[in-house]
Amino acid sequence: MTLGNPFRSPTSRRTPRVSKWGDRIFLILVLIATAAVVAIMVALVAVLVYGSRSTIQALGFSFLYTRVWNPEGNVFGIVPFAVGTLVTSAIALVIAIPLGVGAAIFLTQHAPVWLRAPVGQLIELLAAIPSIIYGFWGLIVLVPIMRVDIEPILARYLGWTGWFGGNPIGLDVLTASLVLSVMAIPTITAIARDSIAAVPRSQKEAALSIGATDWEVTRKAVLPYARSGIIAGIVLGLGRALGETMAVTLTIGNNNVLPTSLFSQGQTIASLIANDFFEAASPNEVPALLEAALILLLITLAINLGARAILARFQAGRGVGAE
Amino acid sequence: MKFDRFARRKYFSNGMAVLTGLAIVAIMVPLAAVIYETVLLGGSVFNVDLFTKGIPQPCTPLAGVTCQQGGLVVPIEGSILLMGLSALFSVPIGIGAAIFAVEYAGERKSARIVGIVADVLSGVPSIVAGAFIYALIVVYDPTIVFSTLSGSLALAVIMIPIVTRTCEEALRTVPNSVREAALALGISRWKTTLRIVLVSALPGIVTGVLLAVARAAGEAAPLLILLGNGCEHPLQGLSQEGCALPLWIYVGATSSSQNLVNLAWGAALLLLLLILVLSIASRLTLDRLARRMRGE
Amino acid sequence: MEVLNLSAFYGGNRAIQDINLKIPDRKVTAIIGPSGCGKSTLIRCLNRLHETTPKARVDGSVFLDGEDLYKLDPTLVRRRVGMVFQKPNPFATMSIYNNVSAPLRFNGRPTREQMDAVVLRSLKHAALWDEVKDRVDSAATSLSGGQQQRLCIARALAADPEVLLMDEPCSALDPIATAKIEELIGQLKNDYTVVIVTHNMQQAARVSDFTAFLYLGKLIEFGPTVDVFEKPKEHLTESYITGRFG
Repeated sequence: MTLGNPFRSPTSRRTPRVSKWGDRIFLILVLIATAAVVAIMVALVAVLVYGSRSTIQALGFSFLYTRVWNPEGNVFGIVPFAVGTLVTSAIALVIAIPLGVGAAIFLTQHAPVWLRAPVGQLIELLAAIPSIIYGFWGLIVLVPIMRVDIEPILARYLGWTGWFGGNPIGLDVLTASLVLSVMAIPTITAIARDSIAAVPRSQKEAALSIGATDWEVTRKAVLPYARSGIIAGIVLGLGRALGETMAVTLTIGNNNVLPTSLFSQGQTIASLIANDFFEAASPNEVPALLEAALILLLITLAINLGARAILARFQAGRGVGAE
Repeated sequence: MKFDRFARRKYFSNGMAVLTGLAIVAIMVPLAAVIYETVLLGGSVFNVDLFTKGIPQPCTPLAGVTCQQGGLVVPIEGSILLMGLSALFSVPIGIGAAIFAVEYAGERKSARIVGIVADVLSGVPSIVAGAFIYALIVVYDPTIVFSTLSGSLALAVIMIPIVTRTCEEALRTVPNSVREAALALGISRWKTTLRIVLVSALPGIVTGVLLAVARAAGEAAPLLILLGNGCEHPLQGLSQEGCALPLWIYVGATSSSQNLVNLAWGAALLLLLLILVLSIASRLTLDRLARRMRGE
Repeated sequence: MEVLNLSAFYGGNRAIQDINLKIPDRKVTAIIGPSGCGKSTLIRCLNRLHETTPKARVDGSVFLDGEDLYKLDPTLVRRRVGMVFQKPNPFATMSIYNNVSAPLRFNGRPTREQMDAVVLRSLKHAALWDEVKDRVDSAATSLSGGQQQRLCIARALAADPEVLLMDEPCSALDPIATAKIEELIGQLKNDYTVVIVTHNMQQAARVSDFTAFLYLGKLIEFGPTVDVFEKPKEHLTESYITGRFG
């Protein structure tokens, strides 16, 4: 087969008019987008600092240890809310860690293969439901149950610990913690599951071959290996709990006072900001609220960075030691 | 005696396995409970009125008093507006940053910075995003602080890291051979990136955007700060107070009037359905487009 | 085409060093040498693809019809110097037709008639037309490996290049597909200058008119294929050809 002259297509051989402008403009647009992302990161801190400057100047460090939040008297302290945040998150974690890690172990070690994907997706569904709906449900459904059924029992049998004082009305720190745990569980489960699945099979087989039971394999061979990953998952779950607003603000009772028992009505930093802004904060309260937001931002940033550092080190180590 | 001890260990192990199974059950309980209640209570207001009428007068049914059910027209419109606007802001920025990280920075340090910033941003609580936009807009123009526009900006802040991360992953899965093939044909850099690489990664990108929109649709916290009181009357303008489904759920939930609470359940059901639809859509997109690319 | 004092680097490593080479027009030139000798790097410098790798650098010049390609816009260079890769890489999201017409569609505004004509011609030149003429709109990925490679050749030809570079085009293919492509190369040289990198010496001997032997980044010998294979001037060349290494 002989070939004739190759077709000279009129478009490709015309005097080159490739403008550099296409490439240049595109690069500029892309750079602007990237700069915007980084700018948001920086602006978050900068703008909040600027917005709360009057409170920062007026109160200084006392903001961090004052126990009173009084807009009329211009006295603002973050302590009641820091305590509220800490207590609710701690209880939420106490519930979420065994459930989350247990679920991860079930999914990776014990569940039949056909069950794993559907259950995994159900847990993702749990995470996808907006927290406002959990809060709403908590308010309408869980609070009465707590008030009528559960909290009286807790008061009767555990009142001696001193944590269950006061009249249980269902709207309190305890209920908020329960709903909060639901938010933390999917994060912990997902990361724990990935970490456990990353354990090389050889570790499991080594333990099995010396006659360990399933649980012993999990406890002695799998979990230690996956430990950093699981811890990172827990820390991330904590980060999520600290910033959670809607589920808490609907169930915690919204009382800007230091909680004295699990049945107290309280407030977390996040729910404080939401609640007081929504109910029309007075002009001198706004900067204080913004400072609270700044503090919350810094805390969650620190926790997230910490978790990711742990996760990064875990993954790097795994790459070296795995086969 | 050895047999006894082993049997004990075995029973213990089985017991632990059962416990982990119970953990799953325990986790499913709130999921089931929430969905059940939402469907039940939301279903009771699920009729044509829900989509055509506005928020009713607050009222609790007493002897002889019938209450209007009302409808969710205003929150629905508001949510659609918010999702559209926030997508408009966040999608170009997210995709642009992802393109920079993958196509222009490649393996260099600047690429990792984008990823790290996106990860860090994704951990910012939504209420903080709301406070941030408040503080920002109040300096710029206090009259528009409580508006649909501000709300959409806060939602965009939440959406950007999601879009950036999923887009970056999607772009990285495009093999280098595609880029080289296009460049070797004398196709300019920007056309290669936009019309060939991006198109190739489209399933992943669309999925990411749908995920981000689903997340934004359900966010209430920043709206509590920024949307103001716009649910009672029809929406006016972008710079006016607005409304959205999640915001309405909060207002209705904390109201003492039964008909408003019922409407809040209706909104919750709508929200669940919306998120379900978006999830299915994103999974279908991923499936169908991936199949098309494999040549079926 | 003429290569002058060409050196190329990956970061700090020098992959090829001071290459001087005159590639004859409308002939097939093969570049052979052991793995890692820089053949791929050299050929990727000819269409300025090497510099798209991060941290890559090029010194020297490549002339085509008297113009230094390194002084022109790289995108334009690549329209005049086309390339076919080791692993066939048709655009997976496009049909056969759209693959072949891609250079036209992305670099200009062709009419339907223009595209039809170019696609027909290119597929014929690539010896693929008969096999796909009833299904040009089907997905490119539905073709076999050998067919996909010929599709890539057709696509490269559609861009109407002066030079066609082929980087080990047959190493991912089975012997029958390889034979078809070797036959195709023999026909292509009537209209295009072909430069082919191959690690298969027999293929070089079969297919090329001229051969260049590279070793450790340096050009050791260059000449008509017959001479290089039967009467090599350098001892190194002879060792490689007789299989003593590489």
